[in-house]
Amino acid sequence: MAAQTIDPIHQFQVHEYFSLPDMGGMSFAFTNSALFMLAAVFLITFTLVAGTARRALVPGRLQSVTELWYEFIEKMVHQVLGHEGMKFFPLVFSLFSFVLMANFLGMMPYFFTVTSHVIITATLAVMVILIVLAVGIYKHGLHFFKLFVPSGVPIFILPFISLIEVISFLSRPVSLGLRLFGNMLAGHIVLKVFSGFVALMVASGGIGYFGAIFPLGMAVALTALEFLVAFLQAFVFAILTCVYLNDALHPGH
Amino acid sequence: MSNMATTTETTATTEAEGGHGSAFPPLDASTFPSQLLWLAIAFGLLYILMSRVALPRVAAVLEARRGRISGDLARAKALRDETQAVIADYEAKIAEARKQASGIAQGARDTVTAQIDSERAAIEQKLAKQVADAEARITASKQKALADITSVAETAAQDIVASLTGGKVSAADAAKAVADAAKG
Amino acid sequence: MDAEAAKLIGAGIACIGMGGAGIGVGTIFGNYLTGALRNPAAAPAQFTNALIGAALAEGLGIFSLVVALLLLFVK
Repeated sequence: MAAQTIDPIHQFQVHEYFSLPDMGGMSFAFTNSALFMLAAVFLITFTLVAGTARRALVPGRLQSVTELWYEFIEKMVHQVLGHEGMKFFPLVFSLFSFVLMANFLGMMPYFFTVTSHVIITATLAVMVILIVLAVGIYKHGLHFFKLFVPSGVPIFILPFISLIEVISFLSRPVSLGLRLFGNMLAGHIVLKVFSGFVALMVASGGIGYFGAIFPLGMAVALTALEFLVAFLQAFVFAILTCVYLNDALHPGH
Repeated sequence: MSNMATTTETTATTEAEGGHGSAFPPLDASTFPSQLLWLAIAFGLLYILMSRVALPRVAAVLEARRGRISGDLARAKALRDETQAVIADYEAKIAEARKQASGIAQGARDTVTAQIDSERAAIEQKLAKQVADAEARITASKQKALADITSVAETAAQDIVASLTGGKVSAADAAKAVADAAKG
Repeated sequence: MDAEAAKLIGAGIACIGMGGAGIGVGTIFGNYLTGALRNPAAAPAQFTNALIGAALAEGLGIFSLVVALLLLFVK
């Protein structure tokens, strides 16, 4: 019975709201995942547009949030990529905002966490790496692959270094996607487990009724930590995107 | 016991809805196509909305603020420059007026001094003339008196000699004797 | 041994890897604080680098957690 009451995986279930016609043997459907993705897009756009609606010289609360949000990413992109990297600003801003909003929406009770599905995070990560490759090859041609051949390395260990560099480059999308996925998944599972302890102890009655305060406190503290992690992972995703793009723009370093 | 009833209900719905077969939803490949499709739609929409609509708006607001601030600063600087120019102008005028005033005062002083000097010179000249006249008159009277004294002394010498010796002394001798005596 | 039991044991062992990530993240932030107290003026500029390092170190720990979760939940 206990094993059934704490079902930490149930929250990641994808529900179908209505299905779309199959294409190429794959079934497409409008799911809760799709709903929360669109909700995140809507919330981001709404906040930014509503925040700038009044175009006040002295910003109000919403406008301050909008401007802080904008300038935070702008500063980050400018710091890592320099002035020529500002054309990637919309991309980095979209990635950061999408991940951040998806994480924060997922923190609401009963809400679905889009970023806790490996397909979403892996797709975003692979997209970033493909953009890095495309930009690098477009800007530097074959010189881009000097990224894997560091200068000043003795010739007899160069193959090993190059191999390591290639592996490290190929592991980037894996680590980028899995980090976000793992953090979100683990955080939500741990939250669910501690909340489940509360429910179990209260249900058992007696001492457990009062002892439930401990897992409850733990759940509250973990919620705060998860909000921090939700922000931090979005930030890390965005800044690693910047760092990888920097490799594409300046492969010599 | 109502608690238990709800949990059984939840698990029941879970089993009913989790019809995909896999126990671990994040790795359930049957949901991948629809998730990918909606991710592409959502992220593409977000990127277009951000790059076309939202970010230019925020940038415009920030740019307007920066422009306004730098404009205000420039206007403040212009106003300050203007004020300083007015102050400099005012000070120049004050200095000029002061110079003019001091010139007028100097002129008046010079005129008065010149007048005083000329008047004083005239009076002094007049006085000097009077003094000179007086001195001339005194000298004349003195010489006249001296001449009178000589003639009186000669006459007196002739008379004294005549009364003492009964002899006669010529006027020339008497005059010679008086002159010697006056000299000695 | 039952395959199910072996999976559970494997999941537990995989979670040991999280400890390494803990050591790594602790080292990064500890050294960051040491440096920040020595030269507080240079600290804010390096906070981003500390976060990147922590994220990279933590990512490796997350891999072991993912392995554990796979062992636990994937049939």
